[in-house]
Amino acid sequence: MSKDAVTFTIDGVEVKAKPDQTIMEAADAAGIYIPRLCYHKDLLPGGHCRVCTVRVNGRPANACTFPVNSGIVVENDTEELKALRRDIIEMLFVEGNHYCPSCEASGKCELQAMAYRLELLTPQMPYAWPKRELDATHPDVYLDRDRCILCGRCVRASVQLDGKRVFGFENRGAQKRIAVDSATGMGDTDLSAKDRAASICPTGCLTIKRQGYLTPVGKRPYDKVPIGSDIEKKQAAG
Amino acid sequence: MTKPLVATGHFTGCFGCHMSLLDIDERILDLVQLVEFDKSPINDIKTFNRPVDIGIIEGGVSNSENVEFLREFRKYCKILVAIGSCALTGGVPAMRNTVPLKECLQEAYLDGPTIVNGVIPNDPELPILLDRVYPCHEVVKIDYFLPGCPPSGDTLFNAIVALLKGDALALPYELVKYD
Ligand code: SF4
Ligand code: SF4
Ligand code: SF4
Ligand code: FES
Repeated sequence: MSKDAVTFTIDGVEVKAKPDQTIMEAADAAGIYIPRLCYHKDLLPGGHCRVCTVRVNGRPANACTFPVNSGIVVENDTEELKALRRDIIEMLFVEGNHYCPSCEASGKCELQAMAYRLELLTPQMPYAWPKRELDATHPDVYLDRDRCILCGRCVRASVQLDGKRVFGFENRGAQKRIAVDSATGMGDTDLSAKDRAASICPTGCLTIKRQGYLTPVGKRPYDKVPIGSDIEKKQAAG
Repeated sequence: MTKPLVATGHFTGCFGCHMSLLDIDERILDLVQLVEFDKSPINDIKTFNRPVDIGIIEGGVSNSENVEFLREFRKYCKILVAIGSCALTGGVPAMRNTVPLKECLQEAYLDGPTIVNGVIPNDPELPILLDRVYPCHEVVKIDYFLPGCPPSGDTLFNAIVALLKGDALALPYELVKYD
């Protein structure tokens, strides 16, 4: 670690970080898992979902966008934050239309996995049952907006990793939705199933056609271990 | 000492959750040692005539009959446990919730590609369909939720035994699933 390394604490554990890291990056490197949905390590952080909310010197902040600083006191794994994060996950469920039993993302979906990790037995807030438009016009990729959580990963991946501009947001508030760069549907955009954007969705909103249900139940990523276990394993291994 | 009474109910679901209850295999013998079954599709007892300790319900609420029977369960059961995605969220039947009921009926009984001389069923004996399929907790108070489609036999067995013993319900990670 270079001499300008910074030292701070997460839940009382001392963490060393590079000065240009965010709290999320430093925590990941130290084997401490901070729950997140819109963050992806290959993308610039978007700061959309707030699931990564931690307290920095007592004030709530996004771990995925907040830079580290010497001596900051970060709270992460507390009952209070866990409850707030669970509320966000619950809202995401009832604001969309999530039929997990018939969804091809089930078992590998990060929204569902976060609900499991945060011990949400079932959403109990009132369901909104919004009318959302499905786009099946692309030969190789589905866009099932029922399952969209507006995390913006596809938007960022298309620009930052694929050098394209296939996805964007339109409208605001409850009307906000994911849009594609063609009035006639995703089939008329330059999206390829090989694009990173096509497979970076944390939910089953963007899925590659003819790939559903290939992994048997019991062998899917989050069937046996909670999301974040890979990061925590690093710590256990030292 | 008399054994605790358990009732089970089926609303808008596929009976898969009840199948899962039978999937506890030979532990069903342990269970009948511990409890006595009252109203349930398993023994075909159709009416409540005494208070019941635990009610276990499968399926969401899609019609007037479901509402009536679910309210009856709430009235007779001290503890009401909803099991499975249909009861907890509406589940697969709730896929109709984003389509107006009239359009659903029209497609199913009048305009569908295999229909000849269709009519929308209107026999007065039939329960009235609700505008949507509702999760049980939006109709009556539910005390415990067991997710899954269906919840596994292990989940159901562990949960029922914990309830009977008055233990805290601590299900291991791999038993809490939405599918
Ligand atoms: S996207 Fe995830 S949460 Fe939504 S239905 Fe699919 S598996 Fe369930
Ligand atoms: S389509 Fe997927 S990746 Fe894109 S915003 Fe919606 S949930 Fe996020
Ligand atoms: S939750 Fe699944 S298994 Fe249970 S009744 Fe509904 S569809 Fe059937
Ligand atoms: S992961 Fe930080 S705001 Fe979404």
